[in-house]
Amino acid sequence: MSSIPATKRLTGVKQHENIVGWLMAAPAVVLLTVFLIIPFLMAFIFSFTNQRLISPNPTEFVGVRNFTDLLTIRTLTIDPILDEAGQPVLDDAGNLTYPRLREFTRNNPDYPELDGLQELLSWSSGSQRVFLLSSDVVFIRALFNTIIFVLVIVPFQGGLALILALLINQKLSGINIFRTIYFMPVVVSMVVVALLWRFIYDGDNGLLNTLLGVLTFGSFQPVNWLGDPSTAFPALMVMSAWQGVGFHMVIWLAGLQNIPETLYEAAGLDGANTWQKFRFVTWPGLRSTMIFVLVIITMQAFGLFTQVDVMTRGGPLDSTQSIMYQAVQRGYQAQDISGGSAISVIFFLLVLFVSMIQRYLTREKAA
Amino acid sequence: MSAQPVRTRHHNWYVLGSYTLLSILAFVFVFPIVFMVVSSLKPDLQLLRDTASLNAFLPIGDISLNNYAAAFDRAPIGTFIFNSVFVTTVTVLIGLVINSMAAYSFAVLRWRGKNTVLSIVIATFIIPFEAIAIPLLLIVNSLPWLGPEGLQIGWLNSLHVQIIPFLVSAFQIFLFYQFFRDLPTELVEAARIDGASLFQIYYRVIVPISGPVFATAAILRFLDMWNQYLWPLMVVQSERYRPVMVGLQYFFQLNIAWGEVMAYLSLVTIPVLILYLSLQRAFITSIATTGIKG
Repeated sequence: MSSIPATKRLTGVKQHENIVGWLMAAPAVVLLTVFLIIPFLMAFIFSFTNQRLISPNPTEFVGVRNFTDLLTIRTLTIDPILDEAGQPVLDDAGNLTYPRLREFTRNNPDYPELDGLQELLSWSSGSQRVFLLSSDVVFIRALFNTIIFVLVIVPFQGGLALILALLINQKLSGINIFRTIYFMPVVVSMVVVALLWRFIYDGDNGLLNTLLGVLTFGSFQPVNWLGDPSTAFPALMVMSAWQGVGFHMVIWLAGLQNIPETLYEAAGLDGANTWQKFRFVTWPGLRSTMIFVLVIITMQAFGLFTQVDVMTRGGPLDSTQSIMYQAVQRGYQAQDISGGSAISVIFFLLVLFVSMIQRYLTREKAA
Repeated sequence: MSAQPVRTRHHNWYVLGSYTLLSILAFVFVFPIVFMVVSSLKPDLQLLRDTASLNAFLPIGDISLNNYAAAFDRAPIGTFIFNSVFVTTVTVLIGLVINSMAAYSFAVLRWRGKNTVLSIVIATFIIPFEAIAIPLLLIVNSLPWLGPEGLQIGWLNSLHVQIIPFLVSAFQIFLFYQFFRDLPTELVEAARIDGASLFQIYYRVIVPISGPVFATAAILRFLDMWNQYLWPLMVVQSERYRPVMVGLQYFFQLNIAWGEVMAYLSLVTIPVLILYLSLQRAFITSIATTGIKG
């Protein structure tokens, strides 16, 4: 044995491991810092400036202006127009008439806080008319749409994936062929899928209209799925689920196959029927799988971009706008880097907030 | 659900019902792909006419490979495919080394600051690519590159701009980390006692027994990279460096030739489908294993 004291040798070994550990992690850490963490911090910083891609003026710090430009929302209540006698003026159809909204939001010295705002929604309340005004109608629409998309797609796609997994988990011969087919769309690029589905949703000779026509023996009236503001977004959701559901099906399947067969046998001995077996054996056994599926569908759904870009470009009438589509539109297409960055920051905070809620809720149930 | 007892009780009707439902669903998942391939063989007029009936799914009428020939004439498809294959292969291979090495360091080695660095790496999961795309564009536009033409500033219009930012994946590191962490510690300890260096333990002990997780990481990365769309759209204007998904733009000029579009879509999709069908077990287990430990 050497004459170096044992403690010192140990420190030497530790020191060596310290260095090797750092060195082996270094390439990943450096690349991650340069290409993810720094851009992320830059987005934060840009969102408080007036940075543009090409601008004759120097970049300035503008505080939270980018955020207020995106998120300002106010209500305005307008009284009906009265004549000299104090009676409301009615239009030809006998409805109350109101001053134009423009009179309040365009250079009205009495309402400086409303300047430049646009109508988001309006409704009647008694004889008054209430307006919800926004500084950026398109962005609010995008924000709202993205949240709806997540709220719909997470249970819809997650539930569908679970049903498929239960079907595939049966011990039938040739079942793997079906598993292979259901997973197939996952390996097809979203760009390709979105282009194909434009044919499916086409209003004139679209495949969906054709199929529905055949199934209903010709009584189905063709719909221009992507051209109608009321069907365009649901159409996008169905297509997204079609492409992604196989992925989550396979994750559920792995969870199902992890549940020990003995639990089902015990439940069978206790006289449990199929539903009770699902309710008291399968579902509790899928808890951690459920959390995982929930988290990844949520993350993927928030990032909604390619489908919108390829299929609808946000239209018709902004019915398919999404946060990420707006971020790329402004930051890249319109070269408004600070505006795009502010959207990215809002997006990030939203995702962070939602994942914290999810973490909290799923932890609560575990107790 | 346990299928065994159910099957014995309802035998025939149950099995028939299951197969019917499974087949309807199979049609739902496969029909757009069948439509794509079948349409790529038809001339434009027939293609558009056929979508009005179930002929859309049948290779009948005037069937030929003309659309493929026309697509190759219209765009340098060979270049696009080469670019995508090159970018994908290099990213997957180098990425596997960098990410697995980092994960080994996090999972097996003991060093100061490890836990802090690891939690930062895992936290970056939450940042979607689209949210950082624009600042990233500014960064790559100001980075130097030493190429055959000497020192240049800016990485736009190149293959490396499509590779280097994607080498590291926090998700991949996490995948490897979980796998390495659960390996029996005796393996590493035995190798340490035998006097193996820390790096040797990585590539002589850990890597050889981690085939499945390498396959998982490679497959997931392959799909991501082959399907890259937004980033190359932003950073590559020159056709020399264009990957397959961006190459689609060539087919969307005035008077879209749909037959050619279908031929192109088939060309960029069929190789991936063939790869998937021949390795489907690996593809599916790879996704499944990502979920098991959550």
